[in-house]
Amino acid sequence: MTAQPTLLAIALTVLATVAIASTADIGDRQKLMKSNGAATKPVVAMLKGEAPFDLAVVQKSLANYQDNIGQFVTLFPDDSKTGEKTSASPKIWEDMAGFKAAADKFAADAKLASASITDEASFKANMPAVLKNCGSCHEAWRVKDAQ
Amino acid sequence: MARLIRSIIAAMVLAGFALYWLSDFDAYSVFRSDQRLKSSRAPDPVNGKILFAAGGCVSCHASPGSTDRRHIGGGQPLKTPFGIFYPPNISPDPIDGIGQWTSVQFVRALREGTAPDRHSYYPAFPYPSYRHLSPEDAADIFAYIQTLPAIRGKVQDHALDFPYSIRRGLGLWKLAFLNGGVIEPDPTRSEGWNRGRYLVEGIGHCAECHSPRTIAGVILAEKRFSGGPAIDGKGFVPNLTPDPTGLADWSEGDIASLLKDGLTPDADSVGGAMAEVVRNTAELSEADRRAMAIYLKSLPPIEGHSRTK
Repeated sequence: MTAQPTLLAIALTVLATVAIASTADIGDRQKLMKSNGAATKPVVAMLKGEAPFDLAVVQKSLANYQDNIGQFVTLFPDDSKTGEKTSASPKIWEDMAGFKAAADKFAADAKLASASITDEASFKANMPAVLKNCGSCHEAWRVKDAQ
Repeated sequence: MARLIRSIIAAMVLAGFALYWLSDFDAYSVFRSDQRLKSSRAPDPVNGKILFAAGGCVSCHASPGSTDRRHIGGGQPLKTPFGIFYPPNISPDPIDGIGQWTSVQFVRALREGTAPDRHSYYPAFPYPSYRHLSPEDAADIFAYIQTLPAIRGKVQDHALDFPYSIRRGLGLWKLAFLNGGVIEPDPTRSEGWNRGRYLVEGIGHCAECHSPRTIAGVILAEKRFSGGPAIDGKGFVPNLTPDPTGLADWSEGDIASLLKDGLTPDADSVGGAMAEVVRNTAELSEADRRAMAIYLKSLPPIEGHSRTK
């Protein structure tokens, strides 16, 4: 008699955890992408000549990209395909290896740029290649309001 | 009684003939023959190149697997709720492409959705927008296409679901919905606004994705530009009107800048199909991108699906 409510409680707890886990992952993904956006904004302003070049800010942004993207790719469990207005394309789960390779490329490009950017000229020469990753990944792996 | 039945059958046969005739290309030219198809001047491929970019022709007609944006052999599947479309080869190849077309045939195809063999195109090819182009501009696009490499290979037929697979139905669809004409400048508005309107409403065909449609596949006029469901059924296309759910807090500069580098004011990089659109608009002049922004900011604000950031 008592086993049933206990089982039910366990089942409910498991369900709730799963639900929380997946929405938490989606929320964290979105936070990391917002953080990437915040890191990109000053960099784009510098590229456009709307803000003075600041090496420290550039290096910080490049470091943020590497940290964020490393975490980002771990936040796509199977139970996080929908919910919380996710913009993740279903393609991510169809081709997880391709998705991870794209993330690795972004991290590698940011790392390379971090080593080669020392002044404004090297910034203007190397930064666009890093930012190109934003567009190519969003084109392939993101669908606005996918659900 | 027998007479009544005979009359009904006769009426039905007549109605059938009428419907058949109405769905024909000839009916369209009889009812809407006000359209001019011949350009009044020598073709200008330089202008054609600009319009080709503004129209994003290559985005649908690209040869699969080719990275050369001048290869327009067609064939990349376009998945829609109606079935799969395979955009045709529009390269100047004389056999598989449009190399043997005349300029007038091209203008008719672009502006009226009618092929040289008189069949109608599906409006997945956005001729309801291209209809707003002048015959001169349309002929210039044709002249530009003639300068591109000829690509061999005929594209397979569309794989559409019934009843969309009945191509003849398009004749009726056009009679019912394909109207309007060349967009002429509004003398009370600035040159930039007029240029922007011409690009956005015409060759740019922005409303084709950024608007909801009726069940008949026609853009809902009162919701034009307020965003719509993505054509492949996944996701949502943003509201372009200056409403809080759209571009209210964007400046003209923000819009022009997005059309150049694909970045929103928050430094987010546009994705999905818009990434490809930006590859095209990036080829336009700063003035043209700014003109499109001026026009979009002048639209009446319409509430749409709210954007997630």
